[in-house]
Amino acid sequence: MSLRQRREDARPEHHARPGRFEADAVLGVVAREWILYGQSWRATTFAAVVEPTLYLLCFGFGMGALIGTLAGYSYIDFLGTGIVAVSVMFQSMMPAVINTFIKRRFLHTYEGILAAPVDVRELVTGEALWLALRSGVYGCVPLLVAIGFGLRPGPGMLLVPLIAFLAGFAFALFGIWISAVITSVRSMDYVFSGLFTPLFLVAGTFFPITELPTWVQTAAMANPLYHAVELIRGSVFGGLGAGQALLHVAILAGFAYLMWNLAAFQMRRRVVG
Amino acid sequence: MRGFSDMALELRGKPLAIRSWAVYFGPMTRQGPGSLVPAIQLRGVVKRFGPLTAVDGLELEVPQGVVLGLLGPNGAGKSTTMKMLTAQSIADEGAIRILGHDIPTESKWARARMGVVPQHDNLDEELTVEQNLRMFSFLYRVPRRRRREAIERTMRLAQLEDRGETPVDDLSGGMRRRLLIVRALLHRPELVLMDEPTVGLDPQVRQDLWGVISALRDEGVTVLMSTHYIEEAERLSDEVALMAKGRVVERGTPVDLVTKYAGTTVEEYTPQGEGGLAELERLVHEHGFTTRRTGTSLSVLRAEELPESLRDRLGRPQRRASNLEDVFVTLTGENVE
Ligand SMILES: Nc1ncnc2c1ncn2[C@@H]1O[C@H](COP(=O)(O)OP(=O)(O)OP(=O)(O)O)[C@@H](O)[C@H]1O
Ligand SMILES: [Mg+2]
Repeated sequence: MSLRQRREDARPEHHARPGRFEADAVLGVVAREWILYGQSWRATTFAAVVEPTLYLLCFGFGMGALIGTLAGYSYIDFLGTGIVAVSVMFQSMMPAVINTFIKRRFLHTYEGILAAPVDVRELVTGEALWLALRSGVYGCVPLLVAIGFGLRPGPGMLLVPLIAFLAGFAFALFGIWISAVITSVRSMDYVFSGLFTPLFLVAGTFFPITELPTWVQTAAMANPLYHAVELIRGSVFGGLGAGQALLHVAILAGFAYLMWNLAAFQMRRRVVG
Repeated sequence: MRGFSDMALELRGKPLAIRSWAVYFGPMTRQGPGSLVPAIQLRGVVKRFGPLTAVDGLELEVPQGVVLGLLGPNGAGKSTTMKMLTAQSIADEGAIRILGHDIPTESKWARARMGVVPQHDNLDEELTVEQNLRMFSFLYRVPRRRRREAIERTMRLAQLEDRGETPVDDLSGGMRRRLLIVRALLHRPELVLMDEPTVGLDPQVRQDLWGVISALRDEGVTVLMSTHYIEEAERLSDEVALMAKGRVVERGTPVDLVTKYAGTTVEEYTPQGEGGLAELERLVHEHGFTTRRTGTSLSVLRAEELPESLRDRLGRPQRRASNLEDVFVTLTGENVE
């Protein structure tokens, strides 16, 4: 390379002040995941389709034959909508806990990113945004599968991707916060058994919570997944009042906002020494 | 007009309150050496990790357009200092300013203007060369229409033009380092921090990188570079700062430092038999000369001033020119590779 070319290539420029919160910073974080998704979409899609199909096949027909109708729905319809919410949670929170931890602790990805003009809030938002987008898309897959099993399509279903996106964003941030709280891979066991399982069991996904003891029902009100399930079922089958729907949305959004702050706060504590 | 009063303060030689006036004028800060706002300014900076004080009242000022080599033994606090400059580590005490921006409060702006080459490689192994650069072109806010140009330019600087599609995992160590360095240059920074940029590279690759650093210097970019290779510091730096135990112990141009601490000539004496070295050392020290041990021989610094009478008693020396390594070892008491 000529000396002139090299000097030309090294020439500095003036730089404007970056904004407090910039789309490009967030997009840079998303770009990484988007590129990697380009390499792994087949496997991701396979898992996203096969899992709900198996659940619906086994539970829907196995249990459905015994149960018939549940809370006024055919069991397979009840289950199909519940699984949308469960898969949103799995698609967002699980990778948020695992991948974010690995990127922080082992790959040092965030060290590189934070040396650029990116702050922790933008970083956390980018990570969650990607997972939310993915959940918004893949969350609809169980619905399509359920339609294959006889669920009647309706216009309310068009709201499902939006609900899945909001819930996915909230759960992703929840996962990122957890990943910044834990200090070792081993502690993930506590998270998955002690947090994940109750969250997705006590949310009206596989059975209505009305049969559970009262105190569990009360606890379920604090479970964001319960509100996601209610919203999804409400949009697919109708029968949810505007006030109730707004309340569920507000609770999910409030949860997302709380987690957004907690995730940014805890992550900052971890990555800034 | 706080801006101008601050400037006046500075002109009286008290750069105590360098506010962001220079920033209002933007490009005025890019004036090369002698410009009013220092590229880097650390005042009484302290950083502790529990009982350990890694940086201990560090004072360091780097004018714009200067290449400063930061030399120091392992654990001197070089990397900790670099991390404080990017606000990835927060100082317990003291004040830090970069290009007039207060750190950590205005660190984001400062980071928009600087490039950082970390000591430990944090490239994304799953991505290709081109994808790594693309990702950072977003993070560095390279405008959309110029991203392609920025990526091509940096691949050219790293001599990785034909490696765009190669996953980082498949690159050689030297190629990875080159990529790590040019990743910091995507946005044409005004200041570049390099933490041991050439460690573990073969001489050819290292020379290529020296070319890049020289080009940066020629274009007026400020460079703070820590290194263990004294030859590198001597060759590339306008000035070097010697760091030990969290402080800068000496600072100056390589030539001045060598002259001050090691004179022009070093003579190496190899004594015969057991205990000869200690005996020789004692003798030379009695006459007020500084020495350092190199293997089985004793190097006497500033040997041009040795009295003939003493020289006769020492034996036959090997003569060589004094160098920065002599200074480094003298001041830090540590040997380097
Ligand atoms: N995060 C941390 N926690 C605890 N101690 C730390 C941390 N980072 C650095 N240190 C300690 O601070 C001291 C200075 O470390 P630093 O990495 O800054 O040295 P250095 O000059 O870069 O050394 P080297 O040439 O080996 O890279 C060392 O004793 C190191 O162990
Ligand atoms: Mg270091």
